[in-house]
Amino acid sequence: MSDSTAIANGALAEEHHEHPSYQRHHFETVDQQFDATNFAMWLFLLTEVMFFGGLFMAYLIMRNWYYPAFVEGSHQLSIFWGTANTAVLIASSFTMAMAVWSAEVRRKGSLLLFLSLTLVFGFVFLGIKGIEWHEKWEKHHVPGLHQYSIAAFINPASDPEVHKQYPDDKPLPADMAQKTEEYFFLYFAMTGMHALHMVVGVSILIFMIFRAKAGDYTSGHVTFVENFGLYWHFVDIIWIYLFALLYLISRHS
Amino acid sequence: MSEPTKHDEHEHHIVSPATYVVIFLALLLGTAATVAVSYIDLGVWNPVLALAIASTKMILVVLFFMHVKYSTKLTKLTVASGAFLFLVLISMTLTDYMSRAWGRW
Repeated sequence: MSDSTAIANGALAEEHHEHPSYQRHHFETVDQQFDATNFAMWLFLLTEVMFFGGLFMAYLIMRNWYYPAFVEGSHQLSIFWGTANTAVLIASSFTMAMAVWSAEVRRKGSLLLFLSLTLVFGFVFLGIKGIEWHEKWEKHHVPGLHQYSIAAFINPASDPEVHKQYPDDKPLPADMAQKTEEYFFLYFAMTGMHALHMVVGVSILIFMIFRAKAGDYTSGHVTFVENFGLYWHFVDIIWIYLFALLYLISRHS
Repeated sequence: MSEPTKHDEHEHHIVSPATYVVIFLALLLGTAATVAVSYIDLGVWNPVLALAIASTKMILVVLFFMHVKYSTKLTKLTVASGAFLFLVLISMTLTDYMSRAWGRW
């Protein structure tokens, strides 16, 4: 090392204040570190917007192409479970926001409580999704698998439960009825990718609960909790749109 | 430390639980409203209204739960450009589809 760099480093070291262990040395302040990671997290979320955007685009085009099939396909979904799951996910977003607040005000007990509640709501959501998917499986509405059945669409009366709720549904010609498979393909692709994000989310939540127990997030280091919160809320937003598009907009044709 | 004047654009802002509770209730109300509206036959306005309510909920989540209202200009610009790019991609894809074979499938 040349003398001049040694002097420069010495001068720098003098300026270098004590900093907390969670501050990486290439950041000048904790605030700067927070802003930089926050920015990075948002960039990641923008790539996620583009990813889900492709699915939404496909749904928009396909729904216009095969409109009758998409309308009757969506009548197979349960408004009750869909609404329940929306409420569960919104509640989980709320508890996640409260977890971030707990980390900020350094309350370990409340952080653990809210992270655990978020985890529970996450599992409830996945459980309800499982119930819904299982019903599609039983009715042979899983595309490409297991003898896909168009019976409910060429003859609505053969599906009394749905027929009772949507008595105006007309029998579809066989070729259009076959296109309900496109609806369910997108239904499974979109809710499946969303659920995969939930699975990743609850996995990270479990990891965070252990670290929170060790006190890692209640000593001023909120970046990880905050950025995970962004991810969790983003997944919530995707569901808000999925609920509207898959369940709600096709109730009247 | 260097330049304390300009860098303090924001100190880490802590959003209060009261705000979170209000937003939570607003989101639940939005959910109830969008389900209720879906039971009324409004023709082409059903999807429009459903998406409008969903977008309102999205904005509430982004501004408050995701703290964008209280974050740096860089974050605000990033989020806004993301939304803008998303709309550009949707409309350009739609222009393409609509100008080729719309209604002739």
